[in-house]
Amino acid sequence: MADRISIYIDKKEYFTTEDKTILEAAQENGVYIPTLCHLPETESSTSCRICTVMVNGRPLTACSTPVGEGMEIDNSTTQITEWRKSVLEIMFTEGNHFCPSCEKSGNCRLQALAYRYQIMAPQFPYQFNEREIDATNDKIIQDHNRCIICKRCVRAIKDEHGRSFFAFIDRGHKLRVRLDRKLGKELTDELAEAAMEVCPVGSILVREKGFETPIGQRKYDLERIGADIEQNGQMKNHE
Amino acid sequence: MTQHELKIICEKNHFDRHSLMDILHEIHDHQGFTTEEDIRILSENLKISEIDLRQTISFYHFFACSSRGKYTIYLNNSAISNLKGREEIEKVFIEEGGCVKNGVSPDGLIGLYETPCIGMSDQEPAALINGRIFTNLTAFRAKELLHNMKKGLPLEDMYTTVYGDGRNAHPEMKSIVRNNIRRVGPLLRPSEKMQVLKNQVSQMSPEQVLEQVKLAELRGRGGAGFPTGLKWQFCRMAEGKKKYVFCNADEGEPGTFKDRVLLTEKPEDIIEGMIIAGYAIGAQEGVLYLRYEYKYMKNYLEYIIQTLREEGFLGKNPAGIKGFSFDMRIQLGAGSYVCGEESALIESTEGKRGEPRSRPPFPVEKGYLGYPTVVNNVETFCAAVKIVQFGGDWYNSLGTDESKGTKLVSVSGDCRYPGIYELEWGFTMRDVLEMVGAKETRAVQMGGPSGELVNKHQFDRILCYSDLATGGSIMIFDRRRNVIEDVVVNFMEFFINESCGSCVPCRNIPKLLKEKLDKILSGKGTSQDLADMERWGAMMKINRCGLGHTAAHPILSSLKNFRSHYERKLRKHTDFISDVDLLEASKEAAEYTNREPVI
Repeated sequence: MADRISIYIDKKEYFTTEDKTILEAAQENGVYIPTLCHLPETESSTSCRICTVMVNGRPLTACSTPVGEGMEIDNSTTQITEWRKSVLEIMFTEGNHFCPSCEKSGNCRLQALAYRYQIMAPQFPYQFNEREIDATNDKIIQDHNRCIICKRCVRAIKDEHGRSFFAFIDRGHKLRVRLDRKLGKELTDELAEAAMEVCPVGSILVREKGFETPIGQRKYDLERIGADIEQNGQMKNHE
Repeated sequence: MTQHELKIICEKNHFDRHSLMDILHEIHDHQGFTTEEDIRILSENLKISEIDLRQTISFYHFFACSSRGKYTIYLNNSAISNLKGREEIEKVFIEEGGCVKNGVSPDGLIGLYETPCIGMSDQEPAALINGRIFTNLTAFRAKELLHNMKKGLPLEDMYTTVYGDGRNAHPEMKSIVRNNIRRVGPLLRPSEKMQVLKNQVSQMSPEQVLEQVKLAELRGRGGAGFPTGLKWQFCRMAEGKKKYVFCNADEGEPGTFKDRVLLTEKPEDIIEGMIIAGYAIGAQEGVLYLRYEYKYMKNYLEYIIQTLREEGFLGKNPAGIKGFSFDMRIQLGAGSYVCGEESALIESTEGKRGEPRSRPPFPVEKGYLGYPTVVNNVETFCAAVKIVQFGGDWYNSLGTDESKGTKLVSVSGDCRYPGIYELEWGFTMRDVLEMVGAKETRAVQMGGPSGELVNKHQFDRILCYSDLATGGSIMIFDRRRNVIEDVVVNFMEFFINESCGSCVPCRNIPKLLKEKLDKILSGKGTSQDLADMERWGAMMKINRCGLGHTAAHPILSSLKNFRSHYERKLRKHTDFISDVDLLEASKEAAEYTNREPVI
């Protein structure tokens, strides 16, 4: 058993064990820290930077930083909220996101976070980048307009030999996530659905599955993102 | 390449995907690029998906999936190359050689590509042609080179000068690069090879070696300045079946070329430093990661390593030290600035795209192939040798209170004597400018694009870690140069091209900042644009790595130190001009309807 330690999030004391990351410790204590690229069970990518918190005056990603005894963590200063909103705004302006016509609306983490953080008009100019829709695969459609390059599909979707179906191509602002044409032909129904599931936005869609759950009854239609974690925290406090 | 040839290459590399860089280099050496068919065969042999292979190939500047010509010219596009006349050379290549910018000539003979600083800032304009360096280019030389390429001459027959000074002329190197060593100190003075290992280290325990490095208060010479002794100690304490020593010779910060000179003149010292580090931390293997731009030194460095091996300094019991063995190899990079970041350098050595890792764990705990790894800059190893030789106390007595020892700086730009200067920390900027013969200096870029742009009122500032820190680059711009157009724009383009693209701010903000610069330069900037640039630039501190943290520095530091240069270009009496030009946007409609819009 790892040792029990105390940490402080926004000056409030919480207890956890030292084998946890800041994110895990916060979640078990009912404190919500937003995440996008984070995917439990896979190596952290730390690419979206939305889980950034302040530790001893340094910005660090909560999903990858281990807790330490007495650690003081800021999770809701104006500065941090400002950064998180900016990350969301950049994502909306970098890609082409049209929520009303998106198959993932209501199940999209980006959309849900935008509601939670009340994103209105972004401070960044829309890039109107030309992005393609790749419909060459029999099972899935990859809409690059919506891809936020979080690397979740790259990290999670592999075949039995550990070969990746998806990978990064190029670098910098030209960076894209691509599906292996040849391996893609061997994509099973289960893996295809898993790919759609790990995609936090509507970039990976399984053919004919986009509207299985009607709009209005989807995860974030029913509760705001993070509500489950916060409710758990409240229940824990009552105990 | 044939299936058989590719299989032999894979076999030689034990069908190990971690050797992908070496495998790809061998293919590129053979035919200049990787074909679809090559990728298919490699995928089968290495048991990784084709897209995974493309992930590595597409990341690096010098890997290609289609032909880049029989002769491939990579013309340096750094700010220094620009002010030494790059444009004229490029014009000759395009207009008289039929070259296409960033493409191949229609006859497939010559490819012309831009490339960031190739470490020749003291002899620009310079280009890399099929892995060889051509310096001090002029319009005449460019025409001559074109003529020779059309005749199909081999590269070595195209030189028109004698080989460079010192060991540039070594039979295994034969390069025309010149050292331009202008001021020597302890690191650059002649030394006898492996004397410290033989005479001192053999009489010391690893702890005693570590103690001296800590006593010296040596800090990393690549730019970040992390205490070397502490790094070695962490790695020594880390648990691992094996440990590694990496030498970072991926000198990519524009304007830096001091490692080029150390690699040329002091390879034995560098290797000796690596062996000493290996001894101190308990490592058996070393890797020297050499940037692709310095490929012309690879044979020479391999020759040196082999000689040292034969003389008993590498391998089992180096210099007769019992219970210790250490050997090393060279890993060639393939063109990526971010690979100079230690964890990206390790990723690259593992055959992957050079994306910095998120930390913790740090390389000293979990580095190359998961083993504890120390990564130090070329110069850091050279300094470590001197520290063990003359003692940590001696080294500690050099420099200032908080910056100890000497620093090699690479000086380039508008000055009479560009080159390498070994200086004790503590000189002022003014001292340096007088030393190098710089006149009417307007701006000095200290520490490369990721550093600070200093104005003339700041020339009394001191070279040291707490004031004007540098990994080695000092670029001088005199009164003829425009700070924004000639310097800042170039540096921002550099960062846009070199970001790995993983972190959201780093992938987007440099590009957005560059668009703001363009807006200001086109006369449409307002005070609001400056405020936006400062706010957006400040957000870069949430990125993962050093490149991301500093990629807005050209803008932020010029806004601080050269604000009037921006303000002069702003539109007055308004704080907002839209990015959208309504007249331009409605032009087509206006033409069809034959009506002028009322705006």
